[in-house]
Amino acid sequence: MLISISQAVIALTGFVAALLLMYGLKRMSSPATAASGIRVAGIGMLGAVVAAFLYGVRVEPAAQPHLWTNLGLAIVAMAVGGSIAWWSGKTVKMTAMPQMVAIYNGMGGGAAAAIAAVELFGGRANGTIQLIVTLFGAVIGALSLSGSLIAWAKLDGILNAPLQFRGQQWLNVVIVAVAFAIGAAIVVSVAGGPSLLALPVLISLLFLCAIVFGIMLTLPIGGADMPVVISIYNAATGIAVGLEGYVLQNPALMIAGMVVGTAGSLLTLLMARAMNRSVFNVLFKHFGAAKGQKPSTITGEEKPVQASDAAIDMRYAKSVIIVPGYGLAVSQGQQKLYDFVKLLVAAGVSVKFAIHPVAGRMPGQMDVLLAEAGVPYDMIVQMADINDQFATTDVALVIGANDVVNPAARTDKTSPIYGMPILNVDQAKKAYVVKRGQGKGYSGVVNGLFYAPDTFMVYGDAAAVLGQMIEAVKGLGAAAA
Amino acid sequence: MTVNVFAGAYIFMLAAFAGWVIIGNVPAILHTPLMSGSNFVHGIVVVGGLFVLLNATSVLEQSIGFVAVLLGAGNVAGGYAVTVRMLAMFTSSTPVPAHHAKRRRAIHHAKKA
Repeated sequence: MLISISQAVIALTGFVAALLLMYGLKRMSSPATAASGIRVAGIGMLGAVVAAFLYGVRVEPAAQPHLWTNLGLAIVAMAVGGSIAWWSGKTVKMTAMPQMVAIYNGMGGGAAAAIAAVELFGGRANGTIQLIVTLFGAVIGALSLSGSLIAWAKLDGILNAPLQFRGQQWLNVVIVAVAFAIGAAIVVSVAGGPSLLALPVLISLLFLCAIVFGIMLTLPIGGADMPVVISIYNAATGIAVGLEGYVLQNPALMIAGMVVGTAGSLLTLLMARAMNRSVFNVLFKHFGAAKGQKPSTITGEEKPVQASDAAIDMRYAKSVIIVPGYGLAVSQGQQKLYDFVKLLVAAGVSVKFAIHPVAGRMPGQMDVLLAEAGVPYDMIVQMADINDQFATTDVALVIGANDVVNPAARTDKTSPIYGMPILNVDQAKKAYVVKRGQGKGYSGVVNGLFYAPDTFMVYGDAAAVLGQMIEAVKGLGAAAA
Repeated sequence: MTVNVFAGAYIFMLAAFAGWVIIGNVPAILHTPLMSGSNFVHGIVVVGGLFVLLNATSVLEQSIGFVAVLLGAGNVAGGYAVTVRMLAMFTSSTPVPAHHAKRRRAIHHAKKA
């Protein structure tokens, strides 16, 4: 009786969880309902996780003697893993959000790989098809774990330079081939066929291959491609979870995992398309090493100006378009930026924010940052809707963005970013660029915009520069009064 | 519950289609929160981790199962915390519904064109 009730509760909460997770995601895909979407999904998840402890009511006979130990371990693991992640998720700075998503995603991949490991080492797979599904889930989960960790380390600045060497692609091909060979050897070995190595050794080698592959795949990727990479691993973890869900005969895991698998894949395609690159290109055709010199086609010099002069110029402009980039996120200058914009608007200037699809290190990161500062939606305009307006705009203010405003993407066929759609800042009547120093962008490409006759550079930390701009405009008001 | 190979294939096929449709019309403004939200959704892997850990019969299985639950719980809790924080920002701007509707229509038309 107790057994059948607990089975029914688990099945029902799983069903409700699958429903609410999908419905929650649907609500999250529209700004007006998004905030409630995560709560809907959270309720479904909570029910399924609590009900999962009812698995303890009927465990396999062999596991019966260990039940209380296992329950204790489960509670400790839930409490430790959950509270550490909860605390870090609550306290992390907004700029660090992308790498946090990467690390939580890696944890999901690791969990899927660990489930697969138990199934494989315990010889629990039921038939060849289940075994093959387990193996695929194991490999995808493990490479998502190691790849996400590398992505985290890169975004966090622990790993800096992209690691590239000759024959890298071939090495990756070899690793994949070896992984397939080991997988096949495991299938043969489990089916009772001959085997060169003991089964546990083969299984360990397979995980090793997957982990190394995840590292090798991610290490050479740099530039603006990191968001796409995180999205790929997000989809990969979803697929791994779905596959392990099939192995565990749990439809809720299958549905939630596969929904994320395709949703993440679609998101990846959308992002790659925004950069006019294919996903294949992102993964295997890396930006070249940074070239130090200014190409001969670029003439002129960078012209520095004072923040206060730039501010006063904008105060008397009719229209200003602001292009925020990662530099704004790093300096946490979004609040100061909006304060400055409010001063401009009060003075009758028409101000808009232009968002490039891959500005920052994650798609939509700039939207989130500006929303945090309280900027209303109607001031934030996406690239496709605003690019025609630069030509009729008095001033374009670029803050901490570089590659997404580099005209070389339009004109220079030899440039690694050639073909990427850019914001037409160079068409504005005048441009101010706020930048920490004379460095190159994340992709390492020299930006001709900075040398253009109508472009003026304001060097300094974005937040500090914006502070000076606010003072300058306020001082103007005080002087007039 | 048992799911045979073909029932499994149907579930995967329909779930894959659902994921595709759900994300289809999302505005770029929600890309980051949505990635974070879908990251939370695959945290349901912790349920599988609990199943495996509760059925563990050896120290090896207990250790790996423990890791599975630990990581899965981190995925769920961290994914939820970060997503709520991101989405909370979207409620703070006051005149959401009116131009939201306008914006969405504009995006929709732009896509069609």
